Amino acid sequence: MATPFDEMTIAGHDCRPAYDLVKAWLENHDMETLRHRSQEAELLFRRIGITFAVYGQAEAEERIIPFDVVPRVLTMGEWQRLSQGLTQRVRALNAFLADIYGPANIIKAGIVPADLIYQNPYFRPEMIGVKVPRSIYVPISGIDIVRVDAETFYVLEDNARTPSGVSYMLENREVMMRLFPDLFSEHRIAPVENYPDELLLTLQSLAPESAPGEPTVVLLTPGQYNSAYYEHTFLADRLGVELVEGRDLFVRDSIVYMRTTQGPKRVDVIYRRLDDEFLDPLVFRPDSALGVPGLMAAYRAGNVTLANAVGTGVADDKAIYTYMPEIVRFYLGEEPILKNVPTWRCREPEALAYVLDHLPELVVKEVSGSGGYGMLVGPAADSETIEAFRAKLKAKPEDFIAQPTLALSTCPTFVGNGVAPRHVDLRPFVLSGSDQVRIVPGGLTRVAMREGSLVVNSSQGGGTKDTWVLDDPTPADSPPGTPSSTAEVTTMEHQVSDQARSQSQSQSQS
Amino acid sequence: MLLARTADNLFWLARYVERAENTARILDAAARLSSLPAGYGGSSNEWTSAVAATGGLDRFRELYGDDESHQAVIDFLAFSPDNPASIRTCIEVARSNARAVRTALTAEMWDSINSAWLELRQFRSEGMTRPRLNELLSFVKEASLRFDGSAYRTMLRNDAYYFTRLGSFLERADATARILDVKYHVLLPEGEPVGGSLDYFQWSSILRSVSALTAYHWVYRQNLRPWLVADLLILRREMPRSLAGCSENLTRFLDEIARDYGQQGPSQRIARATFARLQNADVDAVFAEGLHEFLLSIIAENNRLGAAIADQYLT
Repeated sequence: MATPFDEMTIAGHDCRPAYDLVKAWLENHDMETLRHRSQEAELLFRRIGITFAVYGQAEAEERIIPFDVVPRVLTMGEWQRLSQGLTQRVRALNAFLADIYGPANIIKAGIVPADLIYQNPYFRPEMIGVKVPRSIYVPISGIDIVRVDAETFYVLEDNARTPSGVSYMLENREVMMRLFPDLFSEHRIAPVENYPDELLLTLQSLAPESAPGEPTVVLLTPGQYNSAYYEHTFLADRLGVELVEGRDLFVRDSIVYMRTTQGPKRVDVIYRRLDDEFLDPLVFRPDSALGVPGLMAAYRAGNVTLANAVGTGVADDKAIYTYMPEIVRFYLGEEPILKNVPTWRCREPEALAYVLDHLPELVVKEVSGSGGYGMLVGPAADSETIEAFRAKLKAKPEDFIAQPTLALSTCPTFVGNGVAPRHVDLRPFVLSGSDQVRIVPGGLTRVAMREGSLVVNSSQGGGTKDTWVLDDPTPADSPPGTPSSTAEVTTMEHQVSDQARSQSQSQSQS
Repeated sequence: MLLARTADNLFWLARYVERAENTARILDAAARLSSLPAGYGGSSNEWTSAVAATGGLDRFRELYGDDESHQAVIDFLAFSPDNPASIRTCIEVARSNARAVRTALTAEMWDSINSAWLELRQFRSEGMTRPRLNELLSFVKEASLRFDGSAYRTMLRNDAYYFTRLGSFLERADATARILDVKYHVLLPEGEPVGGSLDYFQWSSILRSVSALTAYHWVYRQNLRPWLVADLLILRREMPRSLAGCSENLTRFLDEIARDYGQQGPSQRIARATFARLQNADVDAVFAEGLHEFLLSIIAENNRLGAAIADQYLT
């Protein structure tokens, strides 16, 4: 396997210009200082109360996600390209959802097979023909990006339901600015702190036309036992909107109200962090105590905006993901700026033949599978497993897709006894309003804290980093043709073990 | 304007913090009294009388049967998850309420209640010693002071603050009335012997359990007299835990809410009526009416007020 691309070094030797200052900073600080600052950071996070994990009874543990003090850096040039690609991708996602719940042209044109839509577990027939305000289905998305070399970013996954993590993006920055004020005066780092304002503008821009005057926005949470509850309180606070639970809302004459100390108050826009199936017990799960009876009726009547819309899960499904390049071309008439991870759809005979020939080097996933269930990781599997899988694949090829095993880029990371490369991904947050698409420069960088691991999930001990977009005139990056993937390496550990590769596939479950 | 649930959570958050403190004070007074020789008014039933003062005697007997040992009482009042007024239950409920309304709290308030919750876990019922119990009780009193102080010092003066205060004062009034009622017999005139009184320590214990012993001396500048203890704790507005003092504050904060919202309602009327009654009473009249009956009627009025606040604002 090729050496993973390290974002700070070129071939393990020279520093890429974006990281000049970080490198100098690392050289000027001894490990003791870094350790000290790391502890300070942890204290700050504890004090702020950023915790995650499920709250059970009184003794429930509250954990914090490890925070790495070494920032991840992108140049403005890199960011601009990413940003254009993200904007394009989200425009396409919205057009796609409006189409499949509307005229279904993409199916009629034979580009996406009908069964992938209509038999998709996240498809909501209740949404067919519903007029979504300004046709924006996905006002808030989190697009997971991985990098494999200086030039290439892949989209690993589109999160179009209720992506989380933006509070970490904001808090990481605040903590970094508190711990290392000097770094921020030396660098021109593009700010992210305006995200809540941008989010509020986005939500307000999508208010129903029937909303009287200044629209009332609320954030709907499943409650304090939800693992992302901290983020819900954080965002409600920064947005200056009420944090409501289902029981705080009620529907009368197809209008949503919240119960206040001064009586019912009309609600126009609901930023809901509650899954589709819990939204309205009259339409979806009847046993849901978290939702609001009658909410869908109010929604269909056009009296309230839900962000995101109902039924957007179709667009972040694994099977649909493989069609994203075609989806971009179909609706926008443009070539996709951001690539998908190359994917073979086994339902197509040619692809199937290739996959069957290359099983030991591929990762094969079940399209409807989740949690890593029903997956083959070729490089980590023995021949017996591969042969067993081959039989399954032949029997039902349409249930599978296959991808090459990716070498995620690495970033220098403080690991207790020094600084070493660790694998990272990136989740930028994209806001689509009726007027424009807004993306604050940066996002949430997740880092696999264990050596060689490709698993960045917080539940697996993954951590986070502050993500900097340098607002300097773009320094020249490594010239094209720099042998970043074949060069000899290095002083730092870099090999991705087979076991780590086997875990790489769970990285997409967020 | 507040979400009704937010106001409800703030109200109960404050009530439970206050309740934790009251339970701690009652336990403290019982521990002191029980350590006195019988000749000074100490008696073995001080512990159960402490349980009675928290209104939990039935529950206590249900859980512990005939066991009236101080260990059982300490377990019940400090730690029992089955006692809604135990210190542990109060702090846990308070913290859960706080978590549910994080956005309505200042960082200092959250910190005070969250640290109290974390620290309480270091105390265990098993092997509880007197010094350790003292540590626990002063920790609880300090946690409550810290919460109160941080609310006072850091909250915006708006409806969120007023509902928080209403919770504190309603709970406080209720606790003072109950403590007095459990001990009312030692305050009655016929219980007063001439000269050195067996009940002296009972009276000082009542005062101590509402943190009023020093205040008594400042106000009256004389030895403990039962009718003056009653006067201080029922009628003196300058006494922050007296029924009149609590009632004045309840009236005031309800008026603030009514002014903000531009509307008066049943809870304002009930609060004003109770306050007027306490203002117009004197201690002789209270004793003439019957101290016990008087206290019971105040407890009932406070309950009515709580229900009216809930009905008017919290649902």
